[in-house]
Amino acid sequence: MAIPSRDRHDGDELAIRVRGLVNRFGNQTVHEGLDLDVRRGEILGVVGGSGTGKSVLMRSILGLRTPDAGQIEVLGADARADDPAARLHIERNTGVLFQDGALFSSLTVGENVQVPLKEHHPELPERWHYELALLKVKLAGLPADAINKLPSQLSGGMRKRAGLARALALDPPLLFLDEPTAGLDPIGAAAFDRLIKTLQEALGLTVFLITHDLDTLYAICDRVAVLADHKVVATAPLPEIERLDHPWIREYFHGPRARAARGSGERETERQA
Amino acid sequence: MKNAEPPHCAMDPDVDGQLRLSGSWTLSTALQSAQVLGGIQAPVRGMDARGIDQLDSAGVLQLLRYSRSAGLADDALLFRDEHRALVCTIDEVADERPRPQRDYGVAAALERLGRSVHAIGGNIVVLLGFFGENLAKLARLVRQPRRLRLTATVHQMEEVGLDAVPLIALLSYLVGAVIAFLGSTILRDFGAEIYVVELVNIAFLREFGVLLTAIVLAGRTASAFTAQIGAMKAREEIDAIQTLGLDPIDLLVLPRVLALMLMLPLLTFIAMVAGLAGGVTVGAFDLGIPPQMYIARMHETMELRHFLVGLSKAPVFALIIALIGCLEGLKVQGTAQSVGERTTSSVVQTISLVIILDALAALWFMHMGW
Repeated sequence: MAIPSRDRHDGDELAIRVRGLVNRFGNQTVHEGLDLDVRRGEILGVVGGSGTGKSVLMRSILGLRTPDAGQIEVLGADARADDPAARLHIERNTGVLFQDGALFSSLTVGENVQVPLKEHHPELPERWHYELALLKVKLAGLPADAINKLPSQLSGGMRKRAGLARALALDPPLLFLDEPTAGLDPIGAAAFDRLIKTLQEALGLTVFLITHDLDTLYAICDRVAVLADHKVVATAPLPEIERLDHPWIREYFHGPRARAARGSGERETERQA
Repeated sequence: MKNAEPPHCAMDPDVDGQLRLSGSWTLSTALQSAQVLGGIQAPVRGMDARGIDQLDSAGVLQLLRYSRSAGLADDALLFRDEHRALVCTIDEVADERPRPQRDYGVAAALERLGRSVHAIGGNIVVLLGFFGENLAKLARLVRQPRRLRLTATVHQMEEVGLDAVPLIALLSYLVGAVIAFLGSTILRDFGAEIYVVELVNIAFLREFGVLLTAIVLAGRTASAFTAQIGAMKAREEIDAIQTLGLDPIDLLVLPRVLALMLMLPLLTFIAMVAGLAGGVTVGAFDLGIPPQMYIARMHETMELRHFLVGLSKAPVFALIIALIGCLEGLKVQGTAQSVGERTTSSVVQTISLVIILDALAALWFMHMGW
């Protein structure tokens, strides 16, 4: 299972295909007939107010939650099937960064990154596990000596980077990020955004990114999906989304914070150009 | 899911010393590609990786390692354009490597043993200090009764006391029956089966009622206290309590200590009654002593002092269980493993301390003639 390079559009251009998803908690409906497409090689930002079910959507796609109805396809495999081979295919080809890293607190950073390697590639010698873990730790922008530290000895930003290193352990083509910049200071958040963009370009990743951070949306997302009214009300590049006439979108993208973020996003683009 | 082509390499017939690579060089084919690279005999002066279809960071790492050990120059490696970003990224970070520091050997085990022996001394001091702090806060509670968290205390009383009644009653009843059986098998030889009544009475009133209750609560309640407080500590809730100007001892520890000190004597009483009932049952069904006769005999021979000796130990055990349970919870440090370690430690400490103290008390009461 290799990474799909960005030019390899062999037939199936969609990394994730969700059709008619329904999620309910008791009487409360979270999703009602939700459709979503994630194209290969793009960074899709998923936004929505609190309680619109962004995390529930991610958990459904990952198979952590069984939806009440609907179809979910991840990298060509049916995520809702009970077929162990399909599950394994998805697990090996997706990496997930949970909100606070969700590192195993009793293992060092290096051991955390080695967990998926040892589980899925037991045939490789231990030295390789270690070297690959070290490579991923450094790719995530951590110093080499962080590999021997316990998660409780790291700052919040470093924990996120360590979580990212673990998510990248198997070189997955598909990466899920749940609020990657929440709880980081603006400088740390901007650095993390750049890191995600760099890795996405270098490793040819498809990224499903849940965020509240307008700066992140403007800086790195190719397209944005807006969750409201129990479904995805729009999926499009940001300039198109901004023009849409939807009450929540108007409030979100035309508030004072959005104007500031747009300004800095444009400066960033100019600087890169 | 497509099956990747295996990694392959061959010498270029046109360029001398040039290696041509093709196929898939990824994490799942890493072992094969190591064999392929290891099988190269001829001297290599350059590598052409443009034939590779699928490449990931594991493959790049292998190629970079190989080219470095073969002493190739940086520009002797040729990659496809679409792979170049990946190779550059890996190249920047793949260099020196520190070895793992964790030590699993015999020396480390000995060191851990030494440290834990040393820690026991510190533990005793900390426990005494915690005991003193609680006494002081308890005294303050007497002067300022408004500080008492009545709701929390009553809630804890329900959890540690009321909810434990069925368990304690069942276990005591069964142990009472077992003691009656054991005693009768020996006493039958002397034709003195009626003395089973005294045996069960004294055993349960003096020792087993309180000991059984304390051991069950040490397993059931001390562990719960440690886990509850430990999880709060790990999630920085204790720090939050402190910064809000509240006292974690008032808020978390004293309600538990008071609840347990009130409930353990009551549970002990229930255990005693249940144990005696176990004796009555065995007497009626197995020894041919009718319940009327059993109870009449109990009235004749039972002495109040046995009951008082047994009950006097209950508050002491309650204090030990509650204090150690809470203290271990407060010692938790941030990790899930730490919560587990401290919970184990609190159960082990409370059960062993309860049994040790009970043995010492038995000796003391005996010599006092009580």
